[in-house]
Amino acid sequence: MQQMPTSQDAGNAITINNIVLILKTKLSSVLLKQIITLFKKDLLLEIRQQYSFYGILLYIGATIFVLFMAVEAPEGNVWSGLFWVIQLFICINAVAKSFLQESRGRMLYFYSVASPVAFVLAKLLFNTLLMFVMSLLSLLLFTMFLGNPMQKVLPFVGLVVLGGWSISLVFSFLAAIAARAQQNAAIMAILGFPIIVPQLVLLMRLSNTAFAPLLTIPMSTVLLLIALDFLIILLAVILFPFLWKD
Amino acid sequence: MSPVPAQKINRGEPMTEAKNYMHKYWWKILSIVLLFYTVIAGFLFEVPRLPLLQETIRNLYFHVCMWFAMMILFTISVVNAIKYLRTLKMKYDIYARNFAVVGILFGILGYATGAIWASFTWADPNITVIDNFKTIARDPKLIGAAIALLVYFAYLILRDSVQDMDKRARISSVYNIFAYAILFPSIWILPRVLDSLHPGQDGNPALDVKNDISSGMRIVFYPAVIGWTLLGVWITTLKIRTSIIKEKKLSK
Repeated sequence: MQQMPTSQDAGNAITINNIVLILKTKLSSVLLKQIITLFKKDLLLEIRQQYSFYGILLYIGATIFVLFMAVEAPEGNVWSGLFWVIQLFICINAVAKSFLQESRGRMLYFYSVASPVAFVLAKLLFNTLLMFVMSLLSLLLFTMFLGNPMQKVLPFVGLVVLGGWSISLVFSFLAAIAARAQQNAAIMAILGFPIIVPQLVLLMRLSNTAFAPLLTIPMSTVLLLIALDFLIILLAVILFPFLWKD
Repeated sequence: MSPVPAQKINRGEPMTEAKNYMHKYWWKILSIVLLFYTVIAGFLFEVPRLPLLQETIRNLYFHVCMWFAMMILFTISVVNAIKYLRTLKMKYDIYARNFAVVGILFGILGYATGAIWASFTWADPNITVIDNFKTIARDPKLIGAAIALLVYFAYLILRDSVQDMDKRARISSVYNIFAYAILFPSIWILPRVLDSLHPGQDGNPALDVKNDISSGMRIVFYPAVIGWTLLGVWITTLKIRTSIIKEKKLSK
């Protein structure tokens, strides 16, 4: 952390100048270095405090085991419905702590050494990676316990990764809001479920095409989801500096 | 623009320092006139009698206008949230909240008028109410509206969960902007992906000039939208004034 330059006072306002400034600094290597350092910090914390990682793994295992007890051999649409809802809850549990774990003092420290844009981008990147691992793992467990309705395996895996990414981006930003409001993960569900519904609907429809042998996956919908993800990143970059300050 | 320094945020200053548009009354009269016109012309003027719809089409002047007013009020709310973040003036946060509340009110009225309309058109009298509800509730327009209402309910809960005034204003403004920016694209996308009972899915509903509503209806519909929206703004200004008085009492 020491080699970081001090206080980039990037952004307290949505003015055009400031966005241009943010974009300019974004291109500079300083910001990139900050992002990488903060990302490494999160990774290191995750490796050192493994209990939380294993906690989420156990959460996935236990939830899917309960489903295994409750339903046997669900049909395609039931399978995908269960799968995406479970993804949602896994994401809330995995992502919630990313901002909630940072104490007040530590946030103050980050505030003095890093720019808010770097901070939020590092968090988004880390949560993306975390959700990537978690969603692939839950996909594996789902196919093991609840059967395999996938007709097109690779496209569906890609879809799972994309969906995990979408969900993790939305909930990362909402975790930041919940942390600032000094609330727990429950408020994240209230804030996030209505927002994520449209993306989930698109994902479930895409899943159904991946389960049917004759349907092709519509690329326009996939591109739409990717566009929504970039919209969320942009909003996070613009809005996070306002959450950051006291 | 430079951010407003913290010491300049003075809560003692009157929140309505400018005599702005809200204190004029001509638009209130306009609103009343337009709404009288809506009710009288809406019930008396000629309307095309389509199969199934028949005279129920007159509900268009009420039901669709509620949704227009809701969307406009939510948009005003988010504009005020952006204004708050740019200037950090408390009054904009109060504006944003009250416009959201009245927007929710219009959303609920939109559901109510829609339920009445659906009971005469879409509902199948041979099956139970619950079965009817199950099929109609899947309509993407209803889903979109439900999402919008849930988002703004969540906004109110988030806003009331924070005690500190400045922090509350900032966090709720951020959520307001974030939710709005994701919500509205998806409200426009969803109906094009899912099947709907609502008419006009292929184009831009209610704004398509060529093959939407007949011209005789348009001369009532557009004034009705303006009238209902102005009524919503009027209600909101009253709410804003009472909440500003409350804030003043608290800060004394």
